[in-house]
Amino acid sequence: MPAYILKRLAALIPLLLLVSVVVFLLLRDAQGDPAMAYLRLSRIPPTDEALATARRMLELDLPLWQQYARWLARAVTGDFGNSYVTGRPVLGDVLHYLPATLQLAGAALLLTLAVSVPLGVGAALHRDRPLDNAARALSYTSVSLPNFWLGFLLVWLFAVRLGWLPALGRGGFEHLVLPAVTLSLMSMGINTRLIRTSLLENMHARHIMYARARGISERGVVWRHMFKNSLIPVLTSLGMHVGELLGGAVIVETVFAWPGVGRYAVSAVYNRDYPILQCFMLLMTAIFVLCNLAVDILYAWADPRIRLGEDRA
Amino acid sequence: MSTETLAADTPSMAPPAVFDTPPGSALLRQLLSRPTALAALALLCIILTMAVFAPAFSPRPPDDVDITRKFEAPSLEEPLGTDHLGRSVLARLCHGTRVSLFAVAAILTCIVAVGLTAGCVAGYAGGRVDGLLMRACDVFMTFPTFILALFLVGLLGSGLTNVVIAVACTHWAWYARFARGLVLGLKQREYVLAARAAGTRPARLVLRHILPPVLAQMLVMAGLDVGHMLLHVSGLSFLGLGVRPPTPEWGVMIGDAREYIGTHPELLLYPGLMIFVTVMAFNLLGDALRDALDPAAARETDCAPHGPAGPDGLDGMDGMDGMEEHEDAEPGAPDFGGIGAGAREEAA
Repeated sequence: MPAYILKRLAALIPLLLLVSVVVFLLLRDAQGDPAMAYLRLSRIPPTDEALATARRMLELDLPLWQQYARWLARAVTGDFGNSYVTGRPVLGDVLHYLPATLQLAGAALLLTLAVSVPLGVGAALHRDRPLDNAARALSYTSVSLPNFWLGFLLVWLFAVRLGWLPALGRGGFEHLVLPAVTLSLMSMGINTRLIRTSLLENMHARHIMYARARGISERGVVWRHMFKNSLIPVLTSLGMHVGELLGGAVIVETVFAWPGVGRYAVSAVYNRDYPILQCFMLLMTAIFVLCNLAVDILYAWADPRIRLGEDRA
Repeated sequence: MSTETLAADTPSMAPPAVFDTPPGSALLRQLLSRPTALAALALLCIILTMAVFAPAFSPRPPDDVDITRKFEAPSLEEPLGTDHLGRSVLARLCHGTRVSLFAVAAILTCIVAVGLTAGCVAGYAGGRVDGLLMRACDVFMTFPTFILALFLVGLLGSGLTNVVIAVACTHWAWYARFARGLVLGLKQREYVLAARAAGTRPARLVLRHILPPVLAQMLVMAGLDVGHMLLHVSGLSFLGLGVRPPTPEWGVMIGDAREYIGTHPELLLYPGLMIFVTVMAFNLLGDALRDALDPAAARETDCAPHGPAGPDGLDGMDGMDGMEEHEDAEPGAPDFGGIGAGAREEAA
């Protein structure tokens, strides 16, 4: 198992390097000239001389590969440069806002699982009965609802009309409810459906028949034999949900004025504050990739065929 | 926002079977026999009519500002009232339909074109070209899509064209992979082998014998993705990074109306409802289309979530025939989620 994990980690390195090249090149190729953007945001008149100084400072005069190498060397040590707007180191700012985002995304993920697992299992066991139909309706609705609109609907109902929950900002548990529900709904619908389908697929498998034949209680059959095996495709999708939640958080944070890194990145887009954008992009991608790696490892642990297959190879 | 997430695993599976396209009339009949598809089709007709005849439905031009008439209640002249700048809400909704549908059409055209080309080249050429293209796909599939779109818009600047580019950039890789898988499968088909043996030149072989069936599959996949793309576009517009504000677009309208949620919540309601209904209609129709084209996949989808980008592995709404099919299904050998496993392994 450790060998498997190491192998997967090693496979990530070239991928992440390629990702960094893409991010770096995209940024260099951006329509706006970084030196101009820097001057504009620092309120320095864009004279030729100032431009030349800025170019030298931002190392825009070096050959491209050198720029990349230097940038990468610094990025690896956590130095993503300074914000064009505040002049503060970017990583510090991004890390300052990150916990709020992780809290929101984490809460949404937990909520997704808490609802989709029982609902998906229920829907599969009560196929084409009201519960299943309700789950199906939830799935179809949730993938079609724009999350920003849903957020406002919830704010209007629970904050403006009923006054039960706060509409904006971050604070206690009650602040977390509406954003987390908004963010999780889509994953919830997808996951419910996935668990249902996966269970139905397993329902007629031979090992289930065998378990029944052995006289194992229905509950044991469902949870130990059916549910455990249906978790495997669900696990795969879990890593993907993390990407959705991180992306969705950008919008949900904006709706609820949640002081997270997504909202910070949106303001960086307005300001063309490229270093922040770059750091945000790489950090989110890294989180996403690591979550998927964790899923892969869980996966290998859950499904010996993968682990053994890899070992043999 | 998630359509591609589950579909992400699809293309790397065993090369998907290519369905044989039934004739148009049979397809239509099958579609019309499904109540949900019929309802979706009817809704889409209404929405399309709104888009095409937007000026006819509009009491005034959509960007006609009249501060003296702000927040007017619905009236005969202004069926949905006016917004915070006194613009006609109905006119903006109708013209917004045009903008949204155009953006989605542009995005999907780009994605299908790029994905098809890359997939066919990679699948047919194989070797180093294939390796290179697939690594490029890997990189693009590494980013969380919406975050990459945000980043690209941040670099390119806002505006409709840039949104189209950004969203297309974030999604082409899934299509390319899927197309490649199809091409790999088709290459082994007898008719292709026969054509090759007969000395057909590669370009002609691809264009005549491989491209058409792949294109058909890609269009189904695109149909399933319309709603998803629409959510991307309106989401970016809502953030103020998509279509620029004076242009009537649903996401922009929601962004504009958010200030007045306490006093005029109906301004938020209309555009959101439009997005919701449109996305829903496209999703339902896309599902029905896939099921009608590929009954085998529909049956499998009920057991395993892996239609071509099936919106998030949702199967058809008509559970009834799904059930019959399922009962008929042979209890196969216990397969512990081998589908995901294969995908994972290849993705590694």
